[in-house]
This record gives sequence, C-alpha cells and structure tokens, in this order.
Amino acid sequence: MDKLIAGVNVSVNEEGYLTDSSQWTKEIAAAIAAEEGVELTDKHYELIEFVRNKVANGETLTIRGIGKSGVVNAKEFYGLFPGAPLKKATKISGVPKPTSCI
Amino acid sequence: MKKLLILGAGTAGTMMANKMRKLLARDEWDITIVDQYKTHYYQPGFLFIPFGMYTKNDVIKPKSDFFPVGVNVIYSKIDKIVADKNQVLLDEGVVLQYDYMIIATGTRTAPEEVDGLKGNLWYKDIFDFYTIEGAVALARHFKTWQGGELVINIAELPYKCPVAPLEFAFFADAFFTERGMRDKVNITYVTPLPGAFTKPRATKMLGELLEQKNINIIPDFNIMEVDNEGKKIIDYGGKEIPFDCLVSIPTNMGDDMIERSGLGDDMNFVLTDKFTLRQKDHENIFVLGDAANIPTSKAGSVAHFAAEILEENLMCAIEGRPLTAKFDGHANCYIETGYGKGTLIDFNYDTEPLPGSFPFPGLGPFGLLKVTRTNHYGKLMFRWIYWHILLKGKEMPIDSEMQMAGKKL
Repeated sequence: MDKLIAGVNVSVNEEGYLTDSSQWTKEIAAAIAAEEGVELTDKHYELIEFVRNKVANGETLTIRGIGKSGVVNAKEFYGLFPGAPLKKATKISGVPKPTSCI
Repeated sequence: MKKLLILGAGTAGTMMANKMRKLLARDEWDITIVDQYKTHYYQPGFLFIPFGMYTKNDVIKPKSDFFPVGVNVIYSKIDKIVADKNQVLLDEGVVLQYDYMIIATGTRTAPEEVDGLKGNLWYKDIFDFYTIEGAVALARHFKTWQGGELVINIAELPYKCPVAPLEFAFFADAFFTERGMRDKVNITYVTPLPGAFTKPRATKMLGELLEQKNINIIPDFNIMEVDNEGKKIIDYGGKEIPFDCLVSIPTNMGDDMIERSGLGDDMNFVLTDKFTLRQKDHENIFVLGDAANIPTSKAGSVAHFAAEILEENLMCAIEGRPLTAKFDGHANCYIETGYGKGTLIDFNYDTEPLPGSFPFPGLGPFGLLKVTRTNHYGKLMFRWIYWHILLKGKEMPIDSEMQMAGKKL
C-alpha cells in the first residue's frame, strides 16, 4: 500500500515499513521517527547509515552486531530508540523488520 | 586415497559418517571424524532431568557405539582450519589434510556473554539445562526448593532447540502442581521475542497455553546483566525482574575454532549457503547442524533432514556435477506440555507451523498444534529412534522436505 510520508508517496507494508528501501530519504526518516516518538540526532543518522549498509550487504541485524558496530554500544542503542530499538531503528532506516528465526 | 574429514561427532557428524561410509568406496576414500569428547549425549533428554524424569544415565552412551566400521576416529581438540591449504590443525600439532570436509561442530552455551550470569549464584540459584552439569544441578536444587519466583530467561537469539524453554515452563507448572506447591511458585517466562514463539499461529497457540497454565510472559526483554546481590535480571531498557531461582538459556555460540579459522559470523556460526549447505567461500567445505548460520532452528530434526540434502550434494560435488539438492529449512519439534501430553510443530524457511495431522494427512497419528497424549508418546519413543535409527544414518519414514498435505491453512 502507499502512504504519504514527509510529502512523498512511498510504498509501505501493513506495519508501516518501507517496502522499497531506495525510496528512503532523511526527511522520511525524520517523519517516521516522529511517529515513533523519536527525535533524530546526528548519532541517530550515523547509526541509520550503519543499518542501511548492513542490510544492503545482505547481513543480518542483531542487537549484538549493533553493539559491536563502533557507532554505539547496546545500551546506547536502547537509549537512542527506547523500548524496541531494533524494530524502531529498522523502520526509521527504511529497511525490512529483522525476522527472528529460531 | 582421497580424504573426507568430518569435524564434530555429535548428532550431525555421526549421521554423516554413517551415510558417507555407505556411499564412498572403501578402497578410494578415507573417512576421518574428529571430536574432543568420547561421550555422546542425547540432548533432547536434558529437559527431563531437572524434573527427575530422566537421570544422567538415560542420556549418555559412548560415541564409539555409533561409528561405522571403516571410519578413523580421532579424539582431539581442533586448533583451526586452514581452508586455503585444505588442512585442519589439531591440538598437539597434528595436521590433517582433506579433499572434502564437513563441519559439524555444533553450538555451545556461553554464559560468560551476559554480565553476572556466571557469578556467585551460578549453580546455587541460577542454572541452565542445556548442559548435563546444569540439568543435574537443577534437579538437585528442585528436590528441596521451597518455592518463590521461578524465572526462565532466554538471553539471546538464536538458541538451540527453540521450544525447549517453553517445555521447561510447562513441565515446571506440572511438577510443582503435582508436589502440591504450585501456589508457592510464580513462573515467569522472559524472552527477547515479541511473544511465546516466532511465527503467528504457533505463538498464539503456545501463548494461550502459557496463560491457561498461569505462567506469566514478559516479551521483548533483552538481558543486559544479572544482579547477583539484588537477585534480579535487568535488560538494556532498564526493566528489572526479581528471581529466587533463575533458569537461563545462555547465549549460544559456535565453536571458538571457527573464529580462529575466519569462517564464521560474529557468533562463530559458519557462513553457509542455506539451500546447498556449502560453506560460502570454499567449494569443498560443507556444514551440517547447529554449526551453520542458516536461518532455521538449531535442532537435531533439522540436522537429520539436512543430512539427506548434504549427502546428495556432497556426492554431486565429489563427482563434479552441479549441486542438485536444495534444503528447505524443514524442522519438526515435539513439544511437551506437561501431564503426559504434548504438541507438535512442523515448518520450514517459508511456511510457519500450521495445524493439521502428521505424518499421514488426515490420519496422524500425531496432531499439529494440538495437545494430545499421542504427541507425548511420540517424544518418548523418539529416544529409541535416535539411538537406533537416526544416528546410524538409516532411513526414517518422514520426508526430508516439508509436506503441505495434512496441514490446514
């Protein structure tokens, strides 16, 4: 389905995740972040870049991996995206929600 | 002589030794299997030990009972794999050369990954049940425990046998009810997942079962540390949960040797193609079982189904043909729900666990996502099947590929 975010029509899934990562812009990130109750800082954008690169390389995102990213440790990651950091960070970064397969 | 080397003689490695010895001519192929331990543990049995249903003797046999004739066995630690030279270095300086290799070194619990988990209370008020030592220590503890807050916590994903912590919770409910002290034991299930399980229908069914049994569930909890003094677990978000007895499912990691060999991800699971089971960067290395980083359950049933795929693909590789078999991520798990009953789930990479009957459509005898006595007997019977059929690499009457027949969408 389509959704108007930051004045742009983008395609999203039923949970509001972008389905086409290439439609992502910083403005869209800020708008989704606002919906999630997060105000983006430079640190956020640094992490978003890390997340987008990881996903573009086909790597799996984990809290452990982000904690070792050199951008933030796991506790700081929670500070940036309170509550459900991985879900919020991926949604704001315009990449798919990580599937936890066990 | 050509050489096939198998690293690890657990469920996966032992099955492959048996399968490949049948397929590869004795006068052309040497098969060598390496493991540091001499005892084979029936790991699905660990779950039963804390509740006094099994003892240590019920779950151990010598590994040597399960190796076929004509396989060299080396009991040694492995230093590292030098994949560019087709070599494996053992401790004590032995060097093994291989033409093809199967890595089946499994996963281990790594309690040291969570601060305070292996602290003062380890094996006093904090236990795991994924090791024989932990399961036996917990059995001893439960014999005299007076009750209180029983907290079951999964540290991190992925972890071996994803349904075992749920089964533990169901067994604990039944165990303390039968002892007449359920009113003194508050059971809380604390998980990093958003619910009882990953996929929608199984999560709903198992979540309802937890509720019926009066087991609290706290989802989305990513543990940061264990406070031994305050007896509580704390997550990165600052949530605190007090415990009197903590049953932890520690972080799972692949063998350290994988890290030294540069073949794994950041948890030391080997980078593996999820369809062919071939190592990502080396054409003559294959990976089976928990050691692989493929996105399916770490469980014996998965290793068993994948073994049939690996057997075919390894023969393709050896004979210089394209790899024809494709693993679908098939997993099949009996779930004990207490009071002599159980449920069953069957799923793969793409299809979530669905209700229905298994393995024969409409007939069963096992019910998928249903709680029945037959499912419980299926699990108990499985121990015999494991020792006598599965490890020896014999045929089982179940398809390696998941079947949709018998499932209801």
